[in-house]
Amino acid sequence: MKHTISLLVENEYGMLTRVAGLFSARGYQIDTLNVAPTLEEGVSRMTITTHGNDHVIEQIIQQSRKLVRIIEVTDMTVAPHVEREMVMLTVSARPGEQRQEVLSLVEIFRAKVVDVSNDSFILEMTGNAEKVGAFIELLKPLGIHDIVRTGPVAMTRVAHIKAQKLKDDDEEFSELTLNEKV
Amino acid sequence: MKMRGARILLESLRCEGVKHIFGYPGGAVLHIYDELVKHAENLGITHYLVRHEQAALFGAAGYSQATGQTGVALVTSGPGGTNAVTGIANAFMDSLPLVVFTGQVPTHLIGNDAFQEADLTGITRSCTKHNYLVKHVEDLAPTIKEAFYVASHGRPGPVLVDLPKDMTAQEIEFSYPETIEVRSYKPQIYGEHKAVKKAVKAMLTAERPVLYIGGGALAAGAFDEVRELAEKLNLPTTCTLMGLGGFPASHPLSLGMLGMHGGYWTNMAVNNCDLLISIGARFDDRVTGKLSEFAKGAKFIHVDIDPSCISKNVPCDYPVVGDAKIVLQQMLKEIEEQVNDGHQISTHSAWHEQIAEWRRQHPFWWKEEGDVIKPQYVIHELHRITKGQAVVSADVGQHQMWTAQLYGFDTPRNWLNSGGLGAMGYGFPAAVGAAVARPNELVVSVVGDGGFQMVLNELATIKQYNIPVKILLINNGFLGMVRQWQEQFYEHRYSHSNIEVQPDFVRLAEAYGIPALRATKMNEVTHTLEKGLNTPGPVLIEMKVAREENVFPIVPAGAALKDMILA
Repeated sequence: MKHTISLLVENEYGMLTRVAGLFSARGYQIDTLNVAPTLEEGVSRMTITTHGNDHVIEQIIQQSRKLVRIIEVTDMTVAPHVEREMVMLTVSARPGEQRQEVLSLVEIFRAKVVDVSNDSFILEMTGNAEKVGAFIELLKPLGIHDIVRTGPVAMTRVAHIKAQKLKDDDEEFSELTLNEKV
Repeated sequence: MKMRGARILLESLRCEGVKHIFGYPGGAVLHIYDELVKHAENLGITHYLVRHEQAALFGAAGYSQATGQTGVALVTSGPGGTNAVTGIANAFMDSLPLVVFTGQVPTHLIGNDAFQEADLTGITRSCTKHNYLVKHVEDLAPTIKEAFYVASHGRPGPVLVDLPKDMTAQEIEFSYPETIEVRSYKPQIYGEHKAVKKAVKAMLTAERPVLYIGGGALAAGAFDEVRELAEKLNLPTTCTLMGLGGFPASHPLSLGMLGMHGGYWTNMAVNNCDLLISIGARFDDRVTGKLSEFAKGAKFIHVDIDPSCISKNVPCDYPVVGDAKIVLQQMLKEIEEQVNDGHQISTHSAWHEQIAEWRRQHPFWWKEEGDVIKPQYVIHELHRITKGQAVVSADVGQHQMWTAQLYGFDTPRNWLNSGGLGAMGYGFPAAVGAAVARPNELVVSVVGDGGFQMVLNELATIKQYNIPVKILLINNGFLGMVRQWQEQFYEHRYSHSNIEVQPDFVRLAEAYGIPALRATKMNEVTHTLEKGLNTPGPVLIEMKVAREENVFPIVPAGAALKDMILA
């Protein structure tokens, strides 16, 4: 089963290879990997998606916790959380019908056109893995020239905040419910 | 006072209470060696010059195994560091606290393919508990402080500190931090109360319990607590290879070693128990044999300071994360409470009788065959002559297993060997470390002719410092364990395991200025051993033993414990 593991790490020399080395030495898979700073200086958040049975996932978590510079390891998959990744695509968009079709997909998926040329767009879209996948599938017949994906990042949902408040302030929340309906 | 980095290193070692270091100089550590020659005496630090960096690591590891203290090694950059890697990996597998200082090229040359440059933090990342590259001289003292903390706290392990040459040259004010807090490293010491309670309840209701002691119990210094638990609940107690000495071998409750070369009665007890109580052991494949068959009907209690060890190989029913000594104290208290609440303590007499019956059926044995020296007899005699009180450091192979089987260890830290990594060449240099640490005790290094030839250069080291290691060479002219497997599992095809072309070890030792003796017949064994062990200073005792003796019982790789081969 696919799991999203979130690691809070001291951002020091060689930290990425410590984590990547642990995974390769023990035969665990890294499907995607994302590293970026947090609000606290010197501390980074790594988000890794991986897969394996419960035993493997438990070992990944326990072995990661043993790395001296890892502050916290969380298996996001076991608790309510929001997961997002960003994709950028260069797609064919010749003036006329094709361009209109791309724009309508952009509208439906709440994507953005971030660059325009005579016969192509660069699109930017954020969503969970399924939504990103669906967007890519629909664009394929129209012609995708290039694609980059960040891999997912994840955040635990704060359960005690009222759903109503989230709905007002957070566009992501309505997207989430939209996806859940689909 | 301002001092250069090299001096700061030595002052830091003094602050950590380091008395002995094992090392080998080279270009990148010349500043350190320069400070050593100037200040070592004042700082109370003695440096032992080995003849190969691997021996520095094995020496430090033996020092640590024999004392429980953190061993320290110092080697140069590039080849110095790479030669040390086997020793680091060994300490990692056997959870030995070491701090290893390696030289590195100056910071401005790192990454330039400079002379004697190797990416030592990169190379050792997967076989150290943690490692450091010091890039600013003001980080030097705090890094050393943290290195010693990390090496010795929680599950112990080796820590490497890579020191670019300019870091040991630059001057700065020295102050050693008194305390250290590593935010991201806080091992759990106390067992959760609920978990302890549940585990104790299982202990009190078990009908056929076995207590299973690993190296973690030794690391925690839990000897007294283990004994108290075993005696209080009448628990038959077995030790792993790394746990030998964690429970007295001569104790009536002792089952000796379990696993691939464990006793028949021991493995049968484990195979048939209904509760296996593991204290600081890790269910290694050499212990369990075929996992799906291991103690099939049993529930497992697993006490370990490293949560990743619990349920790694065998699903655990009663996990308790914590320091073995502390958790055992918690358990002993909890037992009292539950007994006060009316729980009965069983004598388990039928269970003990069953185990005794297994022991009567198939005890350890060997067959005498005329004049030929049987290696088992040598170990048996070694035990008798030394009254089981010697510090014994074995290498890797058949002699290691015979020693583990037949030299009953009654106290902790008298048994040294390379258990996890199984690194040939460990026994002799580790004995050097032990003899340095415990100068007034008899230290015997039981080695085979294969492993000894990997490190016999260290004869010069023991000569130079007059280190009284008694080398007991069990010489069969084979890589014995390899040969045994080739005999048993490869239809006698002895592929490259015959090493009968070898030096005259007695004359070799004498060439180094070390007295040596040899026995070639059974009736010479006792006399030769006694004479050798009574010779002051270093000595080599060679036993020319039966060439094709096998270690029994043996559980074939991947087989169930109950399917062990007895003869």
